[in-house]
Amino acid sequence: MKILVAIKPVPNPDEKVKIKGDGSGIVLDNIKMVVNPFCEIAVEEALRIKEKQGGEVVVMMVGPKVGEQQVRTALAMGADRAVLVEAGTDLDSLAVAKVLAKVVESEKPDMVLMGKQAVDDDNNQVGQILAAVLGWPQATFASKVEFLADNRKANVTREVDGGLETIEVTLPAVVTTDLRLNEPRYASLPGIMKAKKKEVKVLELSSLGVDTAPRVKVLGYAPPKQRAGGGRVASVQELVEKLKNEAKVL
Amino acid sequence: MTAKEHHEEIRSAVRDLCSRYPDAYWRRIDEANGYPEEFVKALTDAGWLAALIPDAYGGSGLGITEASVILEEVNRSGGNSGACHAQMYIMGTLLRHGSEEQKKTYLPKIASGELRLQSFGVTEPNTGTDTTRLRTTAVRKGDRYVVNGQKVFISRVQHSDLMTLLVRTTPLDQVKKKSEGMSVLLVDLREAIGRGITVRPIRTMMNHETNELFIDDLEVPAENLIGEEGKGFRYILDGMNAERILIAAECIGDGYWFVDRAAAYAKERVVFGRPIGQNQGVQFPIARVYVNIEAANLMRFRAAEKFDHGKPCGAEANMAKLLAADASWEAGNVAIQTHGGFGFAAEYDIERKFRETRLYQVAPISTNLILSYVAEHVLGLPRSY
Repeated sequence: MKILVAIKPVPNPDEKVKIKGDGSGIVLDNIKMVVNPFCEIAVEEALRIKEKQGGEVVVMMVGPKVGEQQVRTALAMGADRAVLVEAGTDLDSLAVAKVLAKVVESEKPDMVLMGKQAVDDDNNQVGQILAAVLGWPQATFASKVEFLADNRKANVTREVDGGLETIEVTLPAVVTTDLRLNEPRYASLPGIMKAKKKEVKVLELSSLGVDTAPRVKVLGYAPPKQRAGGGRVASVQELVEKLKNEAKVL
Repeated sequence: MTAKEHHEEIRSAVRDLCSRYPDAYWRRIDEANGYPEEFVKALTDAGWLAALIPDAYGGSGLGITEASVILEEVNRSGGNSGACHAQMYIMGTLLRHGSEEQKKTYLPKIASGELRLQSFGVTEPNTGTDTTRLRTTAVRKGDRYVVNGQKVFISRVQHSDLMTLLVRTTPLDQVKKKSEGMSVLLVDLREAIGRGITVRPIRTMMNHETNELFIDDLEVPAENLIGEEGKGFRYILDGMNAERILIAAECIGDGYWFVDRAAAYAKERVVFGRPIGQNQGVQFPIARVYVNIEAANLMRFRAAEKFDHGKPCGAEANMAKLLAADASWEAGNVAIQTHGGFGFAAEYDIERKFRETRLYQVAPISTNLILSYVAEHVLGLPRSY
């Protein structure tokens, strides 16, 4: 089975991000980038499928060339090769999905695996749009993936509100991964050394002939309001009163 | 990829592994005076301890620079490399001086972790750094050596399968130079313990498995001699620079860890209406120790670079170890002072790391002996011993 895994570099979630003075984005200088945790789960799942039934795991990424470091991380985990489409960070979800679709069309995988969302923008859109652009079935928020009928179909268990839902999809399909699908392995030293020799094909965005003009405009970024200190209430009555009139949640 | 990027890649992968063994794990191991078996297994399985073993024998064939980055990150993550660092470098004696057959037999298994070679028997109760006077002897009888003597402060014996042992094969009064007549034997501890070697654990102030060894008519196959008979002292010496650089790196990792903790605490701990870190009396010691760690770090990379280029690096390796051990100890002290009473509370981990890093003012070489090395060998002052 050939699996294409889309990954996205994101700022290390353990680091505090700063917003640019003009509110146009976050300051990325000196911020350590990592593979989006949901994407890591997708890489891990692809590797487990390959270990079970053989095949190939190809990583793809759309973004600035510096993201090659995160691509190498996925290769160090065990992916076979990678395709990196060099682009700015300003692409919206639709544009990214259309670019990924081009890579999918040339690679012809049996399945596309990707994180359900990236932890930077939390858009949760690219997987769904990619399936629509390709005209493929989709199964989002996967917590279990099983193959049926000689890999022509898959049963995907999805984490939905209030429980689990299992759906059958015909392959090829786009599957997006949720947190509980697996625990990703860490890269080993031999894995890192081998990854240096693996192929990373770099494509120019312009060579793909995709219209990436933004349909979404970011108006501005703002930090969350600083939390004011808490206070003590003397009685339940006072609490109810505050919830009603101060917090206005009742 | 630049060297710096390569190091960054190593750092983030080691950090990722270490993050699965948080403070609470090390605290639990420390309280039980136990061995961090799961951590060592994970580090071994991911190939980190085989960094210095050449590709041909199942390792990754990296240099001492990369190896030092690995151990630095273990200590910087709050762990203690001392439990397993020797698995990385003791094999160097075998690699540089062993026969092809010995290398083929042992190195791949050391690389995979199937065999642990992380004990190194040099120090004796009556001869510390004055190694040439060691009294453990090996006498050749047919196809075996018969070994008698005693060793002390031999680390990780209970968690090793193999040990390199320095013994005198020609009595001191029969050699021209006192550094001659010593040999290195590879001892299979699985066979030797209870049949020639008695192990008596020594309880120490930190959780570090170290032992006294009583060696009584221990038989070692002659084929386990490493290199030539009588040249063992030289073989041991040339592994020591590697050890010093690696331990300097561990101290640097400790130092950064202490500074991270001290700075974080000084920012958040509010006394008299402001963070204690706003007081220069609290800031300056943290800032000064950070400067000292950075300086030690430069010397570590300088020593490692020379080592990796095959240049003499005795002075740099020793100086790096001294600077790093001093800086980490100072950092531990500053971290305790910054934390006040909480610095002594086990749940803050400062006191544990403080005990652990203190060792490196003494082991594997005492700071005083580094000073005499620099005085006599670098500055040409008259020998004091």
